[in-house]
Amino acid sequence: MHSSSPSSPAVGSGLRALSIAAAAVMAVALGLVFFYAPLDADQGFLQKIFYLHVPLAIVALCGFVAGGLMAIMYLRTREARWDMRSYVAIHMSLIFAVATLITGSIWARGSWGRWWAWNEPTLVSFLIVFLLYATYQPLRFAIEDPERQARYASVFAITAAAFVPMNFIAVRLSTAYLHPRVLGSTSNLPPRMAFTFVISLLAVALLYATLCSCELAAKRARAQLRTLRRLADARAGAGADAGGQSRRTRSETPPMPAAGTLAAPAPRGGL
Amino acid sequence: MRRTVAALLRKELLIELRSWQSVPGMSLFALTTFVVFHFALNRSSVDGDLAAGILWVTLLFAAILGVNRLFVADAEEGGFDGFLLAPVDRGALLLAKALALLLYLVLLELVAVPAFALLLLGPTLAGTLPSLVGVLALGDLGVAVIGTLVAALAVRTRARDLLGPLLALPLFVPIVIAGARASSPLLAPRGGDPAARWLATLGLYDLLFGLIAYALFDFLLED
Amino acid sequence: MPAVQLEGLARRYGEREALGGVSLSLQAGQSLVVFGPNGAGKSTLLRVLATLLRPHAGSVRVLGKPLPEEAWAVRGRVGLLAHEPLLYRDLTARENLRFHARLHGVALERVERLLELVRLERRCREPLRTLSRGMVQRVAVARAVLHEPELLLLDEPRANLDPAASELVDPLIGAAAQRTRVITSHDPARGLAEADMVLGLRAGRPALLRAAGDVSVAEIAQLYR
Repeated sequence: MHSSSPSSPAVGSGLRALSIAAAAVMAVALGLVFFYAPLDADQGFLQKIFYLHVPLAIVALCGFVAGGLMAIMYLRTREARWDMRSYVAIHMSLIFAVATLITGSIWARGSWGRWWAWNEPTLVSFLIVFLLYATYQPLRFAIEDPERQARYASVFAITAAAFVPMNFIAVRLSTAYLHPRVLGSTSNLPPRMAFTFVISLLAVALLYATLCSCELAAKRARAQLRTLRRLADARAGAGADAGGQSRRTRSETPPMPAAGTLAAPAPRGGL
Repeated sequence: MRRTVAALLRKELLIELRSWQSVPGMSLFALTTFVVFHFALNRSSVDGDLAAGILWVTLLFAAILGVNRLFVADAEEGGFDGFLLAPVDRGALLLAKALALLLYLVLLELVAVPAFALLLLGPTLAGTLPSLVGVLALGDLGVAVIGTLVAALAVRTRARDLLGPLLALPLFVPIVIAGARASSPLLAPRGGDPAARWLATLGLYDLLFGLIAYALFDFLLED
Repeated sequence: MPAVQLEGLARRYGEREALGGVSLSLQAGQSLVVFGPNGAGKSTLLRVLATLLRPHAGSVRVLGKPLPEEAWAVRGRVGLLAHEPLLYRDLTARENLRFHARLHGVALERVERLLELVRLERRCREPLRTLSRGMVQRVAVARAVLHEPELLLLDEPRANLDPAASELVDPLIGAAAQRTRVITSHDPARGLAEADMVLGLRAGRPALLRAAGDVSVAEIAQLYR
């Protein structure tokens, strides 16, 4: 079955390249946001949060959907790594969704003087999606058996991923669309704004990919460490107590992540 | 398949008839909630948007009581294993449970809607009742399907009483949006017709979740 | 064709191996008795054979069909008498058995016949939660053999039965039933008497596998030390 040890050096250098690319593109994006993109005629400087808020939202949503696709892969192959990828994608998207809600709230405060705007369908949909995905980890860690945990989490991830677009449609239908804005479509943006937006989107996406890779690498390393420790234990105890140690034979399943990884670095922003 | 669903549904209803754990509890909860709304809002009668909101929130929260109990007997008394040992289609269990929940919801509404009209609703339901029944039926379908999926997801976890509602409520939001918007003109003083787009939204949501539940339910059973 | 054929069967629970390296072959009509302390993997073995748990490694053939690929063809041909009765406490014995008869496509007359055989025809209208554990176990026996399974999987079948009740179910699940059986037991003497073959498990690994004639009670008692 799957063994992670041979691939580790490649993972290391790939991760380094990804991190450097993310940092570089992020720097370029920030430069463009502040020095290249024109000031918005109506909203002035505040409109620059658009270059953070919207990419965050798009990346978080794509991450949620990707988590669902990886969950489908898990249910098809039953390989634990797909479940781990699905977990990391959803976990990171949750953090990005929090950042989306916060930046959206700041923007709402600046534009309309209120921290929350129920007539902004994207923001409202985001809140609902966030509330649903916030139950992902409680569900996961309320299941003891690791295999059932992976299976149930996958069923959740697929259901929730399908829910995302349906929820957006329903909320949008319900909202009187009072504030037509640039959201989601770059076609009506001035070219300089559109270019800045695309680079910002790329930067946020790279940041997401980097953070996900970091978390995956950390989990893989922890699993390897545990396997090695178990092997060492088994070797040390082999002579002394064969019966007692045979219980702790090596297993090939990488263990699932424990809670407490939420302290990952928050996405950096341009403000 | 039909024989299996019939056997499962029959067993489900027998247990409910024997223990009366779902329907009376759900109905009583709805009645009590209306009383609570009366005092919380300090209003003797409501109509329109507010009436639709109160009705849907109450029905959904009452439904969650039923959702939480839906698979408890199976999880605790080995019903899952007993079912899995039989050479039958596993989708039959989803269908039978969803039908049972649907029936519970209809029974709940037979109590709750007249009680609502009597206790809180200002305008009369005389002319709009058939449309309201239609809207409620569309909503019930979705609640039954989502409720069954969520119940199966939550029942074999350590925190099932907590996870059931937490998982179900966000998934119910589109039903609340469409259901409440569709029934609000029916509960308004002048009576109106529900906008077709809300009925279409409800129907589409029911259909999509039916497909999702059917595709995923099997994975919740195997071990 | 053997009724049960295992080759390196393993099943994990998370990182812990619940069952590993189990290889054996059981001929039709024979009885395999599985001994071992609590947590040795006996129930896991039965649940794998009953298609309730998928094997994680090794090959498993039950009644000639490979698991888990053809689990659907095995279901309905095995009868499992588990630790839990797998019955609804709010339903009566008759309702429970009729429910399972409908699931298995068995004629309802067989339910009445079985209720007589386990001497519950008088109390078959009371919910199970009002019956004693021994009576519930008798209903569970009836449930396990309702569909005339070719292979019986019995998890400590006599744990809650007094001697009289134990005799009562003998024609259904004892040697007289003339079916292939896999039985778990904690009682060396009694278990050995029923066995054609003995499997001793310790921490999920086979520690003893031999024809029953070559096994002594003392050897079995050794497993629990």
